[in-house]
Amino acid sequence: MSIFKKIMTAIRGGVTEAGEAIVDANSTRIFEQEIRDAENHLTKAKRDLTDVMAKQMQASREVERIQREIATNEGYASQALEKGDEALALEVAEKVASLETELSAQQAALENFTASVARLKELIKKSERQVADYKRQLSVVKTTDSVHKATAAITDNFVSGNSKLLNAKESLERIKAKQQNFDDRLKASEQLEAESGDASLEAKLKAAGIGDQASSANSVLDRIKAKQK
Amino acid sequence: MNIHKIAQYLNDLADESVTGHSFDCQPIAGEVDVLQISIVGREELPIFVSVTDDQILCITYLWGESEIVSDKRAEMMETMLEMNMPMPLSSFAKIDDKYAVFGALAISSSLAEIEHELAVLSDNAIDVIDDFSEYLV
Repeated sequence: MSIFKKIMTAIRGGVTEAGEAIVDANSTRIFEQEIRDAENHLTKAKRDLTDVMAKQMQASREVERIQREIATNEGYASQALEKGDEALALEVAEKVASLETELSAQQAALENFTASVARLKELIKKSERQVADYKRQLSVVKTTDSVHKATAAITDNFVSGNSKLLNAKESLERIKAKQQNFDDRLKASEQLEAESGDASLEAKLKAAGIGDQASSANSVLDRIKAKQK
Repeated sequence: MNIHKIAQYLNDLADESVTGHSFDCQPIAGEVDVLQISIVGREELPIFVSVTDDQILCITYLWGESEIVSDKRAEMMETMLEMNMPMPLSSFAKIDDKYAVFGALAISSSLAEIEHELAVLSDNAIDVIDDFSEYLV
């Protein structure tokens, strides 16, 4: 049964009384312990992998070394044969034979290590997926539990705080009314700002001698003088 | 991340908020720490935040089972499913007999991301109630 099904069953089962846990704390602890164990195994497997990979590299180097040595000795043997020294050639050939035995042993070891590396890597991947899955499931369980407890706390708070959760439509209307009120106030203050802004601008213009000017005796006299010319 | 850090951040925000909202935080004591967050002007729709090992849950209650026009319940549910994906950052949920919208954030989320989430959740909640009012008494 998947974790979701379990949770659904628990919720449908009416385990919703405050204080009654949907997921029993003990099984959560056991689950957490299982995750920790799996993680420990994973750490160990990774360490093993490092060891085996080191051995694999050593074996591979050893195989190369023996192969080189065989090639060299085969060269020696054919050189000995060219010189007609059959006895020396045989001696070298014996060395090559023993090297070949060593080579096949090293190759077998290398294959073994390579297979182990592949197996360990597969195992690690599988464990990692498992741990991730366990963690996801634990998260589902804990979230369910947390929401359940949080809901209990919220409900308690509302009951004790003497306030109640309003009907959704009422809440919306109140919020909208507040928003409207805020908007209206904003508009009003903008209007006020604009009006007083205009007034102060006019005053400044007047002070600077721009725009409508109050007639003064001097300006009238200037005008008459201008006409006489 | 814990609710106290979130509360501290939101209370210190004051007018520095990039979302244009002011937040008021009130921790609620209980088996699980819950932070009640009111957005100024929207006190009727508080957001409840709780923090678990790997996520931060922000929940706003919408309406109760009793507020639904009974012969429109199925239609409402379908609309909720259809709306679930287009609704930014939030999803519908049901907790006991109450419907809710909620957002879940990774525990590694920044405080600015949490602030953004709260503002969007609040906007979503208001829009949802407005748009779903035909299903409500």
